[in-house]
Amino acid sequence: MLDWIMNGARVIVPALLLAACATTPPTPALRGTGDLGMVIERATGQVQVIETSGRTSLAQVSGLGDLSHASVVFSRDSRYAYVFGRDGGLTKVDLLTASIAGRVMQAGNSIGGAISQDGRILVAQNYQPGGIKAFDADTLELIAEVPAVYGDGTQRSKVVGLADLPGNRFVYSLFEAGEIWVTDLSDPTKPGTRRYPAGKQPYDALVTPDGRYYIAGLFGEDGLSMLDLWQPEQGVRTILPGYGRGEQALPVYKMPHLRGWAVAGGKAYLPAIGRHEVLVVELGTWKELERIPVKSQPVFVMARPDGREVWVNFAFPDNGWMQVIDTQQGRIVDTLQPGRAILHMEFTPKGEEVWVSARDDNKVVIYDTRTRQKKLELPAASPSGIFFSSRAFRTGF
Amino acid sequence: MVVRSLGVMLAGVVAFVMLGGAAQAGTPAPERMRELVHMVRQDCGSCHGLTLQGGLGPALTPQALRDKPVEALVITVMAGRPGTPMPPFRGILSEADAAWVIEQLMRGFPEDGGTVPAAALR
Repeated sequence: MLDWIMNGARVIVPALLLAACATTPPTPALRGTGDLGMVIERATGQVQVIETSGRTSLAQVSGLGDLSHASVVFSRDSRYAYVFGRDGGLTKVDLLTASIAGRVMQAGNSIGGAISQDGRILVAQNYQPGGIKAFDADTLELIAEVPAVYGDGTQRSKVVGLADLPGNRFVYSLFEAGEIWVTDLSDPTKPGTRRYPAGKQPYDALVTPDGRYYIAGLFGEDGLSMLDLWQPEQGVRTILPGYGRGEQALPVYKMPHLRGWAVAGGKAYLPAIGRHEVLVVELGTWKELERIPVKSQPVFVMARPDGREVWVNFAFPDNGWMQVIDTQQGRIVDTLQPGRAILHMEFTPKGEEVWVSARDDNKVVIYDTRTRQKKLELPAASPSGIFFSSRAFRTGF
Repeated sequence: MVVRSLGVMLAGVVAFVMLGGAAQAGTPAPERMRELVHMVRQDCGSCHGLTLQGGLGPALTPQALRDKPVEALVITVMAGRPGTPMPPFRGILSEADAAWVIEQLMRGFPEDGGTVPAAALR
């Protein structure tokens, strides 16, 4: 059932990592992995291994399949990056040798994945066949499967908004079924799942950094669904109900992404769907505090690691813009045009820089977050997601 | 939900009335075709997949579309599909654009030749 493709790919070993020598086998130079990361080159099925200290690309790894909606999680030692491809490919990439350490085709159509608290279990969230699958993080061997069955038991829902939780549990949402499921994989031979009704068409979700609150955005209604994972018996609560307030919603050309949360100063910053607004809600009371008008429909609303700023990019056709919200003043303090088709951004671990992908300009743009000036551009073929290894240590990433 | 669906449905009715013989509309210019191919692969691809094998949205391969009437597909593109995430593309695509895109999808969609160079847009 599992289709193993080992090391089928062309691998370029970065010169920096090797002490080149004509007569003896190359010896890898010692280096850490805390400043490494990965840039997805979506159109060509390749990734770049990058480092953020010197801001360079170290190597390119190819043969990862369809990366049109790829996401990446990292092993707990942050040596390996696990790349979940759209075509169901799951590839384990060794960041130090820039080579493929394992690859399986695990589904027909996949949207991403997560890694357990103890780093031993990878979970993929799949559209086709709908459900989740769990894999051994070392061997990529399938260890458990939970089909997202709903209705009369013959239908399977697409799974979105997967996040890891303490205790090797995973939380995710079922788009068609309108449910939130929590699966306990502490004993992967006996996965236990609890289901909660979640409202119409949850499209993505986030978990707060402490793993307590799970918030799913809804496409099918004005509002979001919140599950308090410390008190799951209280069930799902609708927050910001009717935030559209009867106004005409705009056509949505790209679903917002909630993963990559923006929680700062006790507030959550959330993209409004079908509206040119970022919604600000108080954690715990779930009261709407304010709405910040922005340039267009937000896709990623991401807090700089210190929480002082929130950076926002936008849906097609306004995807050449970015805006910066000052969280203390609650207003836009900068509007940037980094390039064409800005798909993603990633902050360095302490937030002094942000790397931004400009798909249609084939470049990654690096900004100094203090001055908000461009520092450097790196070439990349149709870049989409940018993922730094510091994600290894964060719940929900 | 109610508001969004109603809006899309009304838009759908308007588009239906306006469209009439959309499929017979003129062919887009070569540069526009290149833009359209890039847009379908990259931006429609965020839901339908870069390879158009499907994602949150259904597959748009010739096989998947084979039995669907062209006119209805053009209306779906222009007016969206109420109750689903498919948005109306009116305002972004002309009817001729949509008809050309559907024709290409039904034949087997061209590979992305990249975006029109930034210099050409200025």
